[in-house]
Formats: sequence, C-alpha cells, structure tokens
Amino acid sequence: MAPEIHPFVILFASVFTGNILLTNFLGMCSFISISKDMKSANGLGLAVTVVLTITSAANWVVLEYVLIPYNLVVYRYIVFIVVIAATVQMLEMIIDRVSPALYMSLGIFLPLITVNCAILGVALFMQIREYNFWQTIAFGFGSGLGWWLAIMALAAIQKKVSRAPVPSGLQGPGITLITIGFMALAFVGFSGMLNVQ
Amino acid sequence: MMGYLLAPLTIALIAGVMAALIALVDMVANNYGDVDVDINEGKKTMNVKGGSSLLLTLSSEGLYLPSACGGRGSCGACKCKVNSDIGPHLPTETPYLTPEEMQDNVRLACQVKVKAPIGIEIPEDLFNVKQFDAKVLSIKDVTYDIKEVLFDLGDETVEFEAGKYVQLVIPPYDKIKGTTQRAYSMSSRPSDKNHIEVLVRLVPGGIATTYVHEQLKEGDQMALVGPFGDFRRTDSNSVMICVAGGSGMAPFKSMLYDMAEKGDTSRELWYFFGARSTRDMFYLDEMRELEQKLPNFHFVPALSEPEDGDGWDGPTGLITEVLDSYLKKDILSEGKTLEGYLCGSPGMIDACNRVMTDNGISLDNIYYDKFA
Repeated sequence: MAPEIHPFVILFASVFTGNILLTNFLGMCSFISISKDMKSANGLGLAVTVVLTITSAANWVVLEYVLIPYNLVVYRYIVFIVVIAATVQMLEMIIDRVSPALYMSLGIFLPLITVNCAILGVALFMQIREYNFWQTIAFGFGSGLGWWLAIMALAAIQKKVSRAPVPSGLQGPGITLITIGFMALAFVGFSGMLNVQ
Repeated sequence: MMGYLLAPLTIALIAGVMAALIALVDMVANNYGDVDVDINEGKKTMNVKGGSSLLLTLSSEGLYLPSACGGRGSCGACKCKVNSDIGPHLPTETPYLTPEEMQDNVRLACQVKVKAPIGIEIPEDLFNVKQFDAKVLSIKDVTYDIKEVLFDLGDETVEFEAGKYVQLVIPPYDKIKGTTQRAYSMSSRPSDKNHIEVLVRLVPGGIATTYVHEQLKEGDQMALVGPFGDFRRTDSNSVMICVAGGSGMAPFKSMLYDMAEKGDTSRELWYFFGARSTRDMFYLDEMRELEQKLPNFHFVPALSEPEDGDGWDGPTGLITEVLDSYLKKDILSEGKTLEGYLCGSPGMIDACNRVMTDNGISLDNIYYDKFA
C-alpha cells in the first residue's frame, strides 16, 4: 500500500495529521518532563529530530538487508533497540568532536532519548507500513519535526499556565496532561485533510 | 538445526558490528592526541592523552581532586578553576555551582573533557594529596554503632593538619557496582605519619558505612585518598567553640592531641559533644585526660535522652540548648572573640549556626565541613 505515497506527503502528514506524539502518544515521558522551558524543549526537539532521522534510516537498512532476507522480522524489537542505542552513542561522540556548540545544546539529551519510545515507535511503524528508503527518511524526519513542534507548543503553553491560578490538585503533571489533551484535539482536526497510515 | 542458531547468531552479529562501529568511532572521533595541561600557571605541567575527563586525566597523573561520587557528577566536590576557554558550563554542572563560581569559570572536573591544551588552578594543598594503599591494622567498637578504624600506610607517610579528611575508596561489594568514595575526617594525630585513623558510624543503607561495619576486616587492604579539606584551627588566639555529635568527634580528637603534643596550652577551647544516651557516649576518659594536659580546655558532654539509672550527672538536653546556656553563662564576656568549629550532620550544623550567630559569633568565624 505504501509505494504510491510521495515522501513529501508522508513528511507533511507525520508533522501535522499523524503527529507521533499527539496522535500515537509516543515519547510522552520526556515530552512531559522537559517541557517546562522553551530552551530545553528546543534542545530536546532538535535532538529527537536528528536521532529519529538517522536511526530510522539505519533501522530500515538493517530491516531490509538482514531481517527480511533471513526471515527474522520477529526479532525486530531487540534489533531496533540495539541499533538505536549504538547509533546514539556514535552520534554523541561525533557531535562532540565536530561541533562542540551543538554538543552543548544536545549533549545531555542524547543519552536520554535512546529510551524515548517515539524513536522505537517510528522504526516499528516504518516496518508495518512497508515504507521504502525515502519514505522512511521522510517519515523519520517528519516525525521528529512533529515532535519538536509539539514540545515547543507545549512549553509555550506551560509558560502561560505557570501564571494561571491552577487548582492545587491539578498542578504539575495534571494540568500538563489536560493541556496535552487539548493539543491532541487540535491536531486531530488536521487529520481530515490527509490521512496517511 | 541451522534454523535455531540463525536468529541468535544474526542478533549477536548485529550487536557485534554495532560494538565494532562504536569502538571505531571512539578511536577516530575521541582521539584528541597529546594535550598539555598547565596547573597553577606553570607550577606543574603534564602532557597527557586527551579525550577523557579532567578528573580522570589528573588522577592518572597522580593528582587527586576531591570526589565523593567517583566522577558521576552527583557530589559536586571536584570543583576546579579553569583558565582556558573550554566552552560554557554544561547543564550537568550548573546545579553544583554558585553564580560567583560560574563567573570565575569554576568547573566540575568530572564533567569537563580534556580536548585541547588547558590551564587550571587548584589549591596548593592538592599537590600533597596521595593515594595510599593502606592496610587495616585494627577495628574497634567505640560505641554500638561507631567503629574506630586504624590504617597502616606501610612505607608511605601522610602530611596533614588536624581537621582534614581522607576519602575511603570502597570497592564493589554485594549489589553495589563500581567503586564509591566517601569522606571521613581523620582522628589520628598529625605527628603519627605512618597511620590514619577514622571514625565510621553505621548509617542504615549507607554504602561506605555498611561496608566498613560488615565487610572490612583487620588485615584487609583499602585505598585512601587524601588529605583534603580546609577545616583547621585558625592561627588567631580566639576562643574555640567546638560542637560535635557521633563520629563528628574525629577532627576534634586529632586537633586536641595535636595541641597537647605541641604544647599549645594557652588557647581557650570549649568542646560540646552531644549524644542521645550513655551508650552513644565515647572517649570520655581520653577527653578528661586531655583536660589535665590542656588547662584551658573544657569538655562538655551532654545527653539529649538520658535513661533512668545510667548514672549520668552531666548536662542534659539538646546540644544546641547546652551550647546556648554555656555561651551565655560561662563563656561570653567583654573582650573575647569567639570562633565556631562544627562537625556533624547538616541539621546539627544549621542549628548550631543559628545558636552561635544569635550569640554574636559572625558566620565568617564559624568553620565546618558539611558531609551530607
């Protein structure tokens, strides 16, 4: 079913209509905990985008040239996680060497997002939906951008909420979850435009 | 048959390829060649292999910064001033640094990576810090939960001022993985350069204290790093008001024996020692003996929860209350300047700070090492 969809459509869809965070609720833990200020939200969003793009491509290669030919797709969970963890490790060292400035803003987030379920989620969707290489790249990059957009929006809203008189029982994660719910509703509104599965 | 093996083999192969790739990237990207480290503007320079943390780099050259967590970035002890531009503070450093320290570019040595020539400043004393491979000579129970551990340093000698501390390097044991370092004030006298003595009180669940109380035996080897700290007697002639509880006895034992040995008998010194009941009280005979040698030394042990029939006739109450009443009644008088010396739990130190400042001792004249 996938081959006919243009990668650009997948990119657009994964940012807006099929936002990995707000329609699939993946990558929630760091989304909730690191969305208190715009600066760290920005750093984390950038890190997720970089890692998602690279790991989804790496996982596609492993899937296509190792798992499928040897009929080992059933082991995809364990293999994808190994690939993600190793890729993040290498990425961390390379960024530290090549661009200390970028490392400064990404450094502490990189190990953190190894265990972000959005990363594994994208790899699994890529396999279920049978994307080809360019579709996978578009999907990974788009999902990253979507995640980045969502966390920036949440951080901005949280800034406003921090000055609002929230009832004591709802302060902290409570009001954050409600906020996320409203955001998800808004994003669901886009899904009529374009529904890519 | 092959079918069963194929899956684990392929997964192992993928993991192996990934590990090899990481090792390769580590070799290429993490290779910074040889780097010069300059300490205290030319006092010492070293040429080292770049790529690892400043803390590790220095210790591999025999220079030990204080560190309690072993470089995990959770104790904030390994502060060090960096004079070269090595980029802004990392988010892992900022929680441990004050705004003034940030201004001065004080960094956590365990978080800073040595990549390019770097100039740092450390306190002169740290050149004196060594790692000792010590042997446990004796372990004595001074109370039911405090042990006095005496280490023999073999051919090595230690130079320290009374009041300083060493770090015990606790090896991995039971479920504790990785080595842990914990700071203990030395209770031995500075003149005894071949031995180090510490007092270790059992803290339920404590990594180091449990190890010392349950695993360590006489004759065992243990690594000690030190001496560290700036807790010491000032050179002034002010009245010393010392307050301690439990194993906080250690630095004062060292100071008092040091004063007795050096014949420093003129300085007025009050030592308030708090315990819960008589079973927590120790070294009473030693302190009384020291009072004989040091005419201006007054030892005031106090019990906060004396039990009936334990024969206690000394002061009772919380150590802060005892301190307060003695300060008002016996110690404070015209023309005397007072200095506070504290060793104990953070809670006790805060409470004593309040009592002392209420009685007119300035915070600048109160000294302590706050071991959490």
